[in-house]
Amino acid sequence: MNVLMFSLTGLCTLFTIGSLLFILGYLVTHGASALNWDFFSKLPVPVGEIGGGMANAIVGSAKVLVLATLIGVPIGFLGGVYLNEYAEAATAFVIRYATDLLNGVPSIVIGIVVYALVVRPMGHFSTVAGGVALGIMMIPISVRSTEEFLHAVPNSLREAAIALGASKWKTIASVVVPAAITGIVTGTMLDLARVAGETAPLLFTALGNQFWSPGWNHPSSTLPVMIFTYAVAPYDDWHRQAWAAGFVLLMFILAINITARFILSRASYAPRGMV
Amino acid sequence: MDPLSGDLAKAGDAKTPFQGTSNRTDTPGRAGSDQMKAQTTKLKASDVNFYYGKYQALHEINLDFSANKITALIGPSGCGKSTFLRSLNRLHETVRGARLEGKIVLDNEDILAMNVSSLRRRVGMVFQRPNPFPKSIFDNVAYGPMVNGFSGNHKHTAELVEQSLVRAALWEEVKDKLHQSAYGLSGGQQQRLCIARALAVNPEVLLLDEPCSALDPIGTAKIEELLFVLKDTSTIVIVTHNMQQAARVADYTGFFLMGKLVEFDDTKKMYTTPTKKETEDYITGRFG
Repeated sequence: MNVLMFSLTGLCTLFTIGSLLFILGYLVTHGASALNWDFFSKLPVPVGEIGGGMANAIVGSAKVLVLATLIGVPIGFLGGVYLNEYAEAATAFVIRYATDLLNGVPSIVIGIVVYALVVRPMGHFSTVAGGVALGIMMIPISVRSTEEFLHAVPNSLREAAIALGASKWKTIASVVVPAAITGIVTGTMLDLARVAGETAPLLFTALGNQFWSPGWNHPSSTLPVMIFTYAVAPYDDWHRQAWAAGFVLLMFILAINITARFILSRASYAPRGMV
Repeated sequence: MDPLSGDLAKAGDAKTPFQGTSNRTDTPGRAGSDQMKAQTTKLKASDVNFYYGKYQALHEINLDFSANKITALIGPSGCGKSTFLRSLNRLHETVRGARLEGKIVLDNEDILAMNVSSLRRRVGMVFQRPNPFPKSIFDNVAYGPMVNGFSGNHKHTAELVEQSLVRAALWEEVKDKLHQSAYGLSGGQQQRLCIARALAVNPEVLLLDEPCSALDPIGTAKIEELLFVLKDTSTIVIVTHNMQQAARVADYTGFFLMGKLVEFDDTKKMYTTPTKKETEDYITGRFG
């Protein structure tokens, strides 16, 4: 019986790791071969023509992610601070539950909500709307991750600061947050990595653009949406470029993940199970 | 019976408790309440009752702390001595459900009516486990002045930091590595750093909650030597689990049992001729 369970669990673990390696391998073989300098520097060419690239999608993704971070992280960070440092048990329970529910809302639903709240009043699709949608998606993870890293800072530090005459907010700002900052920053990076690949919300907000999107108020092309558009099209060249886009996106997400984990392994205080 | 003939005299200390260390030039003086009344009272607790929710942790505590003296609070675990210590700088207010009744007066000012940050600046605290901030040694010591609105420039801050580290007998060991992390220091050094940090705001009273319990004997000895010097400039209250430490260090001792102050007297008098049976039992090690 022991042998059976060992084999079963071992097999599943192999399958899990194997899936990751398979996806990586597949993307590398199909995508890397399609990568060239054109991919990063040229705009998409008209349907049917060969060549061109996804420069506008890469820049568009970057802009949308920057805006998402500017919206999601401050709200999430301050929410996490309130949750861990100020909230009483009953309030904290409600906040945590609501945050987890928000995290569970399907990304496409967030997309159509932002469509109704931002795109309709503005009258057009835009980078801003895309940033708002992804920003909302970043909030729950930011709140929980901030809360966990603040919680991992020992109470003895807070007591020491209070005993020296520091007020509560000063203690938080000058002792607790700096002690947790490494964790909070890496939590933000992982949050970013997660929303970088979201496609559904962008379909209703940033939509897409064959050309450069000037400023923040115009529809914008983004990598995930381009993968969708190109992959379902009947052109081989577009398929090739979709693989390349998938490869670039995955490499970006992997780079963030690996860097974040590395930084985290050197953090002063981390919740158990994080490192 | 002489309690000194029991464990006290044998307890790891080469000298008997009242020879003390060579730093101690003053004598405890005549025992008894006359001597105590002649001292100035720095901190006075009257009819203090303390509750954690419905549970009463302290009952009718009346206690005077004399200025520039070391007062030790001893007693078995759970007797309320740490609870009492923490109410002296209102640290109990960080605990939900903790309630203090009665009056505690610092130099004729009611501490419950004072601004709590100024109280904590005047009554500093050192905790059982060293708890330096994850910052450099310099920033740890400079923290107190910084949060209390110290307006000096960098040179003044550096002087203040040096002064505090000298007073805590740590300067020589860290003067070349002020900007390294405090976590690189040994346990005893970290505790002296915490003392330096508390001294940086020039407190009038220094509260120490079992400061040596996490330290080795050498670290403990260094801190005890330090306390003799510090009492000249501040009033010291030390909670200790270690009766021998109280005997070595304190001018006055208060014995707590089950939330009540059973006896309070000049240390030498209490250890040689305790008036209450419980005190005698505790000191001779019949329970603990």
